[in-house]
Amino acid sequence: MANWIINTGLTAFILIVWMGINTFLFVWFYLFYDLGDRFFYTRHLLGSALAWARAPAAVLNFNCMLILLPVCRNLLSLLRGSFVCCGRSMRKQLDKNLSFHKLVAYMIALMTAVHMIAHLLNVEWYNNSRRGVYDKLSTALSNLEDTNSTTYLNPIRTTDVDAQQTPSYLVFTTIAGLTGVIITLALILIITSSMEVIRRSYFEVFWYTHHLFIIFFAGLVFHGAGRIVRGQVTTDPPHNFTLCKDRSDEWGKIPECPIPQFAGGFPQTWMWVIGPMVLYLCERLLRFIRYMQTVKYRKIVMRPSKVLELQLVKNGFKMEVGQYVFLNCPVISQLEWHPFTMTSAPEEDFLSIHIRSAGDWTDKLISIMQQLPEGAQGPKMGVDGPFGTASEDVFDYEVAMLVGAGIGVTPFASILKSIWYKFKDSNPKLRTRKIYFYWLCRETHAFEWFVDLLQVLEREMEERGMADFLTYKLFLTGWDQSHTDYEGANFDKDTDVVTGLRQKTNYGRPVWDKEFEQVRKENPTSVVGTFLCGPEALAKVLEKKCAKYSDVDPRKTKFYFNKENF
Amino acid sequence: MGKIEWAMWANEQALASGLIYLTGGIVGVAGQFRGWQFAAFGVAAGVFVCLLEYPRSKRSKGTSVGRTGQYCFTVVVKAFGPLTRNYYVRAFIHAALCVPGGFMLATVLGCVCLGIASIIYLVAAIRGEHWEPILPRKPAQKPNVGSINKPPQNPPPRPPPETRRKRVEDLEGAAYDNAINVTADE
Repeated sequence: MANWIINTGLTAFILIVWMGINTFLFVWFYLFYDLGDRFFYTRHLLGSALAWARAPAAVLNFNCMLILLPVCRNLLSLLRGSFVCCGRSMRKQLDKNLSFHKLVAYMIALMTAVHMIAHLLNVEWYNNSRRGVYDKLSTALSNLEDTNSTTYLNPIRTTDVDAQQTPSYLVFTTIAGLTGVIITLALILIITSSMEVIRRSYFEVFWYTHHLFIIFFAGLVFHGAGRIVRGQVTTDPPHNFTLCKDRSDEWGKIPECPIPQFAGGFPQTWMWVIGPMVLYLCERLLRFIRYMQTVKYRKIVMRPSKVLELQLVKNGFKMEVGQYVFLNCPVISQLEWHPFTMTSAPEEDFLSIHIRSAGDWTDKLISIMQQLPEGAQGPKMGVDGPFGTASEDVFDYEVAMLVGAGIGVTPFASILKSIWYKFKDSNPKLRTRKIYFYWLCRETHAFEWFVDLLQVLEREMEERGMADFLTYKLFLTGWDQSHTDYEGANFDKDTDVVTGLRQKTNYGRPVWDKEFEQVRKENPTSVVGTFLCGPEALAKVLEKKCAKYSDVDPRKTKFYFNKENF
Repeated sequence: MGKIEWAMWANEQALASGLIYLTGGIVGVAGQFRGWQFAAFGVAAGVFVCLLEYPRSKRSKGTSVGRTGQYCFTVVVKAFGPLTRNYYVRAFIHAALCVPGGFMLATVLGCVCLGIASIIYLVAAIRGEHWEPILPRKPAQKPNVGSINKPPQNPPPRPPPETRRKRVEDLEGAAYDNAINVTADE
């Protein structure tokens, strides 16, 4: 339990605060509409469905404000930088921005459903009141018209339309109704195209459909402009509803009961969402400005197994280890920006990315590069970033466990190179004393470039006598009989037969309990940071192990888990 | 967007539409709205669409992940053969089912969403996609190599003993070409 608090306590706290605010808003506005005197007559027509519609509306205002914030990645980077003083835990929360975005989206979907159902009931009951189905007071209230001396309460003014179609007629002829239907439709399309299945396999559909959010926010801002929810306003002389509710025949004829006047509430949604909308606009502008900046190609190399290495130079570009950039290539697609982790170290004066064939966009890019003549510049490329992820923190930990699975090994290329440079320069920023690197992949196919890097580091560390600074273990999870035969025949060689590295390749998956035990034994008093770039399943396993092997005692080993995700 | 299978998105959209149609229908019936008969139809249509759309199709490329517990639905849907396999039929069914929803406000959203799903299915059908059931894989047949405890019956192929005997007096003549091509291990 205590370990859980260390590792996830702050996240839980933030979620509790968020749910608390949601609950408070819901209850507050529910009571405002259900108990307020202003809405006595409105409630007479609608019952508690009025409050059931307005309470989710308040929660929707709050969440629509929140939803744009986690996707302003430049703003988040800025916050990360300014939180340098506030400790790791705070900054780690910013890693979970996409999870929060999804959570807020679910809340918006839920509240939209409640809001819509409540309004369906409202419209039906307004319709019935207008047609005189209910009691005398309802009919009297519904008959009030919008003239010089009276104001209406029931938004259904006309009775000419067929009774069954009146609700639809109302919805499609009022601002609130029309915008409501349009933005709900936009929301549904956004949600269905954001399902995991669609997002992972057909990113373009997800990305383009998601831009319907522009319609969503535009409609949302105008949704309340019709002021269709009406409450009683004070008249002179005042209209006391307790006295007058049973004397609707005499309204306007006796001095105590003038005709009641109604007015709609001032639309408030724009006040909630205008701030984040402006911030998001700035975010997109910034991306556009970054896109316009010149990017030159320093080197283009085709690596084995369809891996493309690009070395780019951009003026004023500064990066940290393990950060990623978004690339946009207008020749391939105008609107798409794709994230790639940088494999160069900040000490180098260029930025390099290794791109593997993994879909439409990458395939086209690789084929364009393959057809370029020697030494020519590539197509125009926009680079947005860099954006920070957990690996920025890797040097803060005394001991670091780096786990890279498959293509997830890429950020660690940057980290290892940077460590190497920092070591050469004896950089005091480097607090790391020991690194354990675990590389898991099915086959080293497509990662030969990484093997080269490890070979270089291995050699240089030997020369300086720092052989135990970096302990790396390779796990080939896609082995078969021929591998073991070959291994068996060559077991007494110094270097590994598959990779040519000094450390032997292990076959199969790592036994994490043993690994964590070993790290804990060799570093009994340190704070260990565990960094993973890999599949979700592995993240869960490592998170559990970190919790299991952490000690609440601050003098003993503590494991902190950091995950990267795209 | 060359590789996209539109049916995957159509399926998500149709399932969501079914739920929305169903919800709108329940509200219409429970609230005894005018035109509640259309709402009742919405309930039935919503349930039907959900049952039809719940089992995901197998993708033509890549791994397919079925929804939880979809096997029984897959079996039922598969039993209708070409009616459920063909996406033109599905597009038509959805278009037909969505029309009555337009006559009443509570089901209008379900109607529009289902209509959109129908259009996406039409696109999928035009591009030649069809529904394939996701069935559990049969365990791979183990190749029958025979027991390893039985030693081989025949000796390995060798040239006749006369050529094998080492002829010290004539080393040049003793050299022979191998009957089988020998290549170095790659």
